[in-house]
Amino acid sequence: MFSVIQLPGSNDDRDMRFAMKSILGCEAELVWHRSSELPAGTRGVLLPGGFSYGDYLRAGAMAATSPVMGAVKRFAEAGGPVLGVCNGFQVLCESGLLPGVLIRNHHLHFVCDFVHVRVERAAAPFTSRAREGDVLRVPIKHGEGAYFAHADTLDALEREGRIWLRYCDAEGRVGDASNPNGTLHAIAGLGNERGNVLGLMPHPEHAVEASIGGLDGLAILGSLADAIREGGS
Amino acid sequence: MSPSGDPLVDLQLAREHGLTDEEWGQILEILGRTPSFPELGIFSVMWAEHCSYKSSKRYLKRLPTEGPHVLHGPGENAGVVEIGDGLAVVFKIESHNHPSFIEPVQGAATGVGGILRDVFTMGARPLASMDSLRFGPLDDPLHQHLLRGVVKGVGGYGNSVGVATVGGETTFHECYRGNILVNAFNLGLVEIDKIFLASASGIGNPVIYAGSKTGRDGIHGASLLASAEFDAESEAKRPTVQVGDPFTEKCLIEACLELMSTDAVVGIQDMGAAGLTCSSFEMASNAGTGIELDLDRVPQREAGMTPYELLLSESQERMLLVARSGREDEVRAIFERWELDAVTVGRVTDDGRMRVRWHGEPVVDIPVDPVAKSSPELDRPVREPADLLERQKLDLAAVAPESDLPGALQALLDDPNLGSKAWLYRQYDQLVQGGTVIGPGGDAALVRVKREDGTATRKGIALSVDCNPRWCWLDPYAGAVAAVAEAARNVACTGARPLALTNCLNFGNPEKPEIMWEFAEATRGLSDAARALGTPVVSGNVSFYNETSGRAIHPTPTVAVVGLLDDWERHAPAAFPEDGLEIVLLGDTREDLAASAWLALRRGLEVGSPPKVDLDHERRLAELLRIAVADAAVASAHDVSDGGLAVALSECCIAGETTRGARIELEEGLRPDALLFGESPGRVIAATRDAEALTSLAREHGIPARRIGTTGGDRLAIAPPSGEPWIELPVAALHEYWTRAIPRRLGE
Repeated sequence: MFSVIQLPGSNDDRDMRFAMKSILGCEAELVWHRSSELPAGTRGVLLPGGFSYGDYLRAGAMAATSPVMGAVKRFAEAGGPVLGVCNGFQVLCESGLLPGVLIRNHHLHFVCDFVHVRVERAAAPFTSRAREGDVLRVPIKHGEGAYFAHADTLDALEREGRIWLRYCDAEGRVGDASNPNGTLHAIAGLGNERGNVLGLMPHPEHAVEASIGGLDGLAILGSLADAIREGGS
Repeated sequence: MSPSGDPLVDLQLAREHGLTDEEWGQILEILGRTPSFPELGIFSVMWAEHCSYKSSKRYLKRLPTEGPHVLHGPGENAGVVEIGDGLAVVFKIESHNHPSFIEPVQGAATGVGGILRDVFTMGARPLASMDSLRFGPLDDPLHQHLLRGVVKGVGGYGNSVGVATVGGETTFHECYRGNILVNAFNLGLVEIDKIFLASASGIGNPVIYAGSKTGRDGIHGASLLASAEFDAESEAKRPTVQVGDPFTEKCLIEACLELMSTDAVVGIQDMGAAGLTCSSFEMASNAGTGIELDLDRVPQREAGMTPYELLLSESQERMLLVARSGREDEVRAIFERWELDAVTVGRVTDDGRMRVRWHGEPVVDIPVDPVAKSSPELDRPVREPADLLERQKLDLAAVAPESDLPGALQALLDDPNLGSKAWLYRQYDQLVQGGTVIGPGGDAALVRVKREDGTATRKGIALSVDCNPRWCWLDPYAGAVAAVAEAARNVACTGARPLALTNCLNFGNPEKPEIMWEFAEATRGLSDAARALGTPVVSGNVSFYNETSGRAIHPTPTVAVVGLLDDWERHAPAAFPEDGLEIVLLGDTREDLAASAWLALRRGLEVGSPPKVDLDHERRLAELLRIAVADAAVASAHDVSDGGLAVALSECCIAGETTRGARIELEEGLRPDALLFGESPGRVIAATRDAEALTSLAREHGIPARRIGTTGGDRLAIAPPSGEPWIELPVAALHEYWTRAIPRRLGE
């Protein structure tokens, strides 16, 4: 069962549940942010996009202090898979589950568009359905999506293979022209050391139907569903 | 009854409140005494043009408002139209023009917030937004600033609140230099048995205030800002613009929808224009009851607010609801869960009066109906503009033919009116709620319907918002007919059946007979077109006084048409989807350069009689498209409008995910510039895998259909049957002109 965390201001929570439940056939439940425990049977945690607490302080900063985040941290420490998308990525950084921070897009605009990302690491639990070098077409929609960290952190991330996805063009080439927000090292998806926590700026849950956004989001959410099934949910 | 410290109420003060001498007399008669200061404030907002529709009422009554699918028409917060399987769509468009000119970010943001509340107040989850925006010329730094601000406001609010912006229109014209237009549309989805109305029924039931605290913002926004012309002093009215808080709105949406899924609430109304006053009067009036309010219980943002301020504040994100007696705790618990205030501020009474107390003293005691229902209705003088015939005069033979046809196409695509609007809509979340089948940039948007429990349905809702102000200025009747026809045609291009419409009627000062004439003509056009196309008017809004220093905008009756597609997967996009398709032009091309974009841009002339729309043809064309798309006889369909055939063909080539070329051959007979850039209405470019089937289907529907070319290659070539092409350009170049039109003018 997937727990989709619902914060005040979560917007893509129902879309994430729809993708997991109606498209992938998994059990998925919305979990209110004031719960201090995850529901029994939780095998995966999804932190959806949105504007938790209006992003009035700093994106994800208030949400990181929600009671439910204590439970999410314990779940992650126990090795459970945690995927944060967009605002969920920001919450993961703010709560220390991932290093670094997401700052204002370099062009200062909110941007909603379909982009391409290259799979840099094809592995369970997030990208087992893809192969290294695959190019996925997925949408982004954010105003604060530029990943920033100190140079030595970035070096470590590269060394440890923790950059799971990078922005690229349709042919898989990484460069300034295909970087939609000024993110460092073209980072679109970043994992923790252990490889069970992933933050993504693109929205895989908006690319799970052929005629609404395409199917490339399934390379990610489908992998997660597979991981849960193999883990025996 | 006036609290100490309030000014003396007399005719002079009433005049300063925008009331006329006759209205002052009426107030004295209704009350049988001089009103208190808060009472004067109430009359002034309730009877202001913005709330009372006193100038427009007699014309609005003529609009067709009923139809087999219409569940609730004008008079409610928004129109409600049934779409089958126990579901209905709730929609409305509304203006926020003056606030957006004074403070673009907050003006536009609160415009979006207000229209969302109109929709979820009825029990519907807001699903899709559109915006119709009009600015002055984009080379004016002020209008660059206004464009940036409005887009920031629309995006900042809509994105944060989690409602996709799926479409809209944006134009730039000299006539909006002193008065921009920001019209916000929203559509929501509701289960028919969960529709809520603004009604304060059940004597003794508690009246509950929920949402943001009341502050001093927006006092007299409706009466002073929206119901008067602009002048040099308008900047000083900035404090009358409200400030939006989308996070609170998002929580309010979720809390209200959760509450409305119970049966604890009997009626609900948002506090929009004129705030607490307007919402309580409307609720009591709708139920034939009265309301008693205790102002001391109203959650307040600042200390020392007077009854006048509390009653007239337009602070955002506030709702007034009437709960069943004894269910207050349940209501409070839901709002508390979403960290919102919910306070019982009064109760429903049986005497048809509005009684308000403050510090234990009565400060307002007014009969409800004379204020809410018997507001004045005016029959303002009407006069055709003296220069109308002059405007309409055009001798086309005297207009030099276009000597550079490719150059003209380039100039049109590079014009911000016709160029891509991606610079705007890339700043809007177009995807949230996972239903956007066709987003902004096509003819109409198409949204797949999901139930509140998250299950997907086969139904798709198509939406389009349109108006050509140049046509409306040259002939308001014809322009309004064309606005309805174009919006319906756009909806039909997706394969959907047009169901109903909402409109936002933006005009100048109604005290001028020429403006009232424009209004009368435009509403006559709306009425005729809505009747002929079977799309009743289910909601709307009138915005007068769009003038600065005596200069009015062009009449701008913005029309949004909503249509239904039974199976959203069987839809047609606007752009050519693949190579090797045959291209069929539906509808006739005539020598219609009058009132065209080409004439305005290349000859500097905004003259002539706009082409006549044949409504019977439009109705048959829509039916043809619905059948052809469902039968897959059409692979893409795009309406021909501003800029004519050459611009529409270019859009078919460049507006899709991948650009593609086309070779087109057109019969001669008209002057080439009319053939390429004329704006004959009722035309659609359809790409098809089976031209035989499509043309024969067209014949059955009495729609002229001509096979004009094929898709493929990387150039758009438009040629006569023999000889050199009139235009042959790489689609990459067309794409560049079109996508750079707006950003390059903003220095981006």
